[in-house]
Amino acid sequence: MCGTCGCSGGSEGGGGTRIAVPHTHPHGGETITLEQRVLAKNEDLAAGNRAWLAEQGIVAVNLMSSPGAGKTTLLERTIRDFVGHRPVSVIEGDQETTLDADRIKRAGSTVVQVNTGAGCHLDAEMMRDALTTLTPPAGSLVLVENVGNLVCPALFDLGERSRVVIISVTEGTDKPLKYPYMFAAADLVIVNKIDLLPYVDFDVARCEEYARSVNPGLTVLALSATTGEGMRSWYDWVAERY
Amino acid sequence: MSITQSIVDAVCERAAGRPVRTVSVRVGMLTAVVPDSMRFCFDLTTAGTVAEGAALEIEQPPGTAHCMACSEDFTLADLVLLCPCGSADVRITSGQELQIISMRVG
Ligand SMILES: [Zn+2]
Repeated sequence: MCGTCGCSGGSEGGGGTRIAVPHTHPHGGETITLEQRVLAKNEDLAAGNRAWLAEQGIVAVNLMSSPGAGKTTLLERTIRDFVGHRPVSVIEGDQETTLDADRIKRAGSTVVQVNTGAGCHLDAEMMRDALTTLTPPAGSLVLVENVGNLVCPALFDLGERSRVVIISVTEGTDKPLKYPYMFAAADLVIVNKIDLLPYVDFDVARCEEYARSVNPGLTVLALSATTGEGMRSWYDWVAERY
Repeated sequence: MSITQSIVDAVCERAAGRPVRTVSVRVGMLTAVVPDSMRFCFDLTTAGTVAEGAALEIEQPPGTAHCMACSEDFTLADLVLLCPCGSADVRITSGQELQIISMRVG
């Protein structure tokens, strides 16, 4: 059978092997060349978002992590500490619940919830729609809490300024080697929950080394969103984006 | 799943109602996309479309990189960016492709 079209012409080797040799296709049909990037549509939409955000002087930061890394706690503390300095709004990606969005709202930020349902990541179209609903003021900070997943969100450009991966010390030191795509796509890694370091087996320096092995230009910050230790370096990092 | 859905959407759009026999895609070895799960998703997402029953052919270019320090080109087995010479100053030259190459209709 022909390995290209599945017709019975051009067989070689027999016995179910599928080696294509040049042959004609008596059954007709047409080969259409597409040569198109699978994510072209998403990338176009992301470029649109990026241009709009730049025009408005809005900095959007995409926060990604596994579930339980402490993203929402980090957001709450960031919002509370930013109140009075710079307006912050949040795009909250969640598969089902509005629990995190409620916490963000209580912390004092405008929030738009995007329910992805079965989807395991946000895409540029969801980002555009969320920005339309949110209408963040010019010059503000938009924090995007992506769906808790370290695989798929790495593939989808939202049009954000920067990508941050958050891991906590209760996860494995080798996380960057298990999810290299995510770390390769990140601008910053936050190692959260350092207040727990005395109780867990986590090596911050080694984790940093692993992360740099897939992304040599990476910045790594260690902090605790619970105690506030190290949060200053995160705020400085955000301030540098403006 | 949504990667495969994007492929099926693009293919069905171009097919303009004609039945799709084969879809060829290029998925680099350094992408996070796993061919087996792509095949599985492909069968699910083509069900009920003009591409139902179509064969999915996946071409997988290997990961390669160029070292800025020693100017050598070498193969990358994974995303760990390290040249055999010890330098981490390397640029990926292939393996990150995610493209629809062609399709056969009619
Ligand atoms: Zn080298």
